[in-house]
Amino acid sequence: MTFLGMPAGSGHLHGERGFPAAARDALDDVQLRRNLGRATSTIRAKRAAVVGEVDDWAQLRAAGAAIKDDVLAHLDRYLLQLEERVTAHGGTVHWARDADEANRIVLGLVQATGEREVVKVKSMATQEIRLNEALEAAGITAIETDLAELIVQLGHDEPSHILVPAIHRNRSEIREIFRREMPGVDPDLTDEPRALAEAARRHLRAKFLSAQVAISGANFAVAETGTLGVVESEGNGRMCLTLPRTLITVMGIEKVVPTWRDLEVFLQLLPRSSTGERMNPYTSTWTGAVEGQRFHLVLLDNGRTATLADPAGRAALRCIRCSACLNVCPVYERTGGHAYGSVYPGPIGAVLSPQLTGVKENPTLPYASTLCGACYDVCPVAIDIPTMLVHLRGRVTESKGRTPERAVMAAAAWTMRDSGRWTRALRAARLGRWLRRRRALPPPLSAWTAARELPEPPEQTFRDWWGQR
Amino acid sequence: MKIALFATCLVDGLFPQVGRATVALLERLGHEVAFPPQQTCCGQMHVNTGYPKQALPLVRNHVDAFTGYEAVVAPSGSCVAAIRHQHAELAAAAGDDELAVRATETARRTYELSEFLVDVLGVTDVGAYFPHRVTYHPTCHSLRLLRVGDRPYRLLQAVRGLELVELPEAESCCGFGGTFALKNADVSAAMLADKMRHVLATGAGTCTAGDSSCLMHIGGGLARLHAGARTLHLAEILAATEEAG
Repeated sequence: MTFLGMPAGSGHLHGERGFPAAARDALDDVQLRRNLGRATSTIRAKRAAVVGEVDDWAQLRAAGAAIKDDVLAHLDRYLLQLEERVTAHGGTVHWARDADEANRIVLGLVQATGEREVVKVKSMATQEIRLNEALEAAGITAIETDLAELIVQLGHDEPSHILVPAIHRNRSEIREIFRREMPGVDPDLTDEPRALAEAARRHLRAKFLSAQVAISGANFAVAETGTLGVVESEGNGRMCLTLPRTLITVMGIEKVVPTWRDLEVFLQLLPRSSTGERMNPYTSTWTGAVEGQRFHLVLLDNGRTATLADPAGRAALRCIRCSACLNVCPVYERTGGHAYGSVYPGPIGAVLSPQLTGVKENPTLPYASTLCGACYDVCPVAIDIPTMLVHLRGRVTESKGRTPERAVMAAAAWTMRDSGRWTRALRAARLGRWLRRRRALPPPLSAWTAARELPEPPEQTFRDWWGQR
Repeated sequence: MKIALFATCLVDGLFPQVGRATVALLERLGHEVAFPPQQTCCGQMHVNTGYPKQALPLVRNHVDAFTGYEAVVAPSGSCVAAIRHQHAELAAAAGDDELAVRATETARRTYELSEFLVDVLGVTDVGAYFPHRVTYHPTCHSLRLLRVGDRPYRLLQAVRGLELVELPEAESCCGFGGTFALKNADVSAAMLADKMRHVLATGAGTCTAGDSSCLMHIGGGLARLHAGARTLHLAEILAATEEAG
């Protein structure tokens, strides 16, 4: 479904190993399992409570989906409008085809300032393109200022959750990371959340005051006004957006909304779905370059146009990165985010990552789900993730061509399309009653008998019983 | 009412007792049951594994088999969900609009067992007797695709002698997921471990559900552990009587 001329996504979107192998390691990490279980169950309960108190949640959700669908249908128009408004307000707009191009643009902008250090607002788009690594390769240090991103960065780790990137860490692990990696930290630092936050605050305060360049993402961009917006909890974003002389924002092209009024919907949907709060503590908006600040907006494609081309997959671009689907996913809860190999983990990652990269680069992610449907129920923009996963599985098998699995499935379908063949096959299978009590079957059925008994084959099939009664 | 039974391929081949129980239950309630012999499989495994084109002949066979029946009942939430949410879409995607129309019509008359008993027949007390402690696992597709809600609970609560105990974290998936159980066997086993832990915590000797597939997974795990608890399909409990328990 990727057409010529549409750039495939690159960057931090797929892992070196497939999901099943990466998941196995995560499953055996007992501390990780406990950290994730505790964190996801807490946030699930908070979300359920604050969503439950909104009488018109279903209508808000439908409105959110409808606004996003309108954006996707007219993306060309809204993006040009956004560019025109941002430019009119003194900002500069750049267009990036893929991760490499976006990184080159941002690096050039930073180098033009002569600065060697930049502060960052938590941003999925810059994690997606691995901007920090690209800057570091050019001798520029990027400092993450979101507490959880800072924990990940200091721990030389990867984010494992869209909203709570250090969800896989508990507080004693965080204390160890701070004591090891944070310059000048109190060696007697306790693992009290307040003490940890205070240590991070002291560490970051100096950075905010000295930084001349900030890099952010954006939760939304209003086409009619050219306004960018970031929602956050800690105030670090507000510092980064307002203090430095140069602000560079990297934003996926699907983050545009038509009008200021549309924010009414998303500022209700997002905090309740993500942190389980009625309102997030900080909502910062800015229009173009303000008060002597230079502002650059980098609009990132990186596989989004290719995703838009698939009518059955494009709704993934509605995503507002709330993470509600991660928090309710029984697979994510047990494996954590690293197993997905992409900066977008969980159910939304399983549909978004393979579309951004093309399914050949991510053939196992569409299968990383039982299709239980919990993700669809909580999605604030009503992305039918299970149906999309099934669609993407079809694209994966198409891309693989002839495989043993396809042959087995074809044989099963050939047998089952005709009740005569099916009846004979069932009778023949009963001859396989010697399988009874066998603990270990050959692959791929060994995957079943590794953890479960096989059902005892019956004396008589249902249809044979029916025929005799 | 003349009811066509869609046994499902799994019940036909591996769990015939579930089909027999469904027949016994519906006949006890005074209805005539037919078993259209042309039926085989709804095709869900093919669709959900990524082979929608291979599933199309199965959809056509299914629709042909059940055309002309007033009501179709299946002892499976998952298969009924596939019939309702996949069949017409598959036909339409293949450009077969006539089949899509017929599939929609068949789906409209197709019910999962608890839906059929409560909504169509209007009964919750089916006259069953089952003097045991039971816990109920709401399978994901009956819960989120069919929204059967409290229907199975109401049916179980009306069973004489039955002590229904609440399953902790009941709405969490058991980890079966069709070919997921093979493709992601380790994650599946981890999810199964939690489901079994919750089942055993209830002290119930029987875990029931509306899908033989999920029960094959949960029951297979319990048997491997010699856990002293078993799985029974909802139909088997509802079919049980004092005379033939």
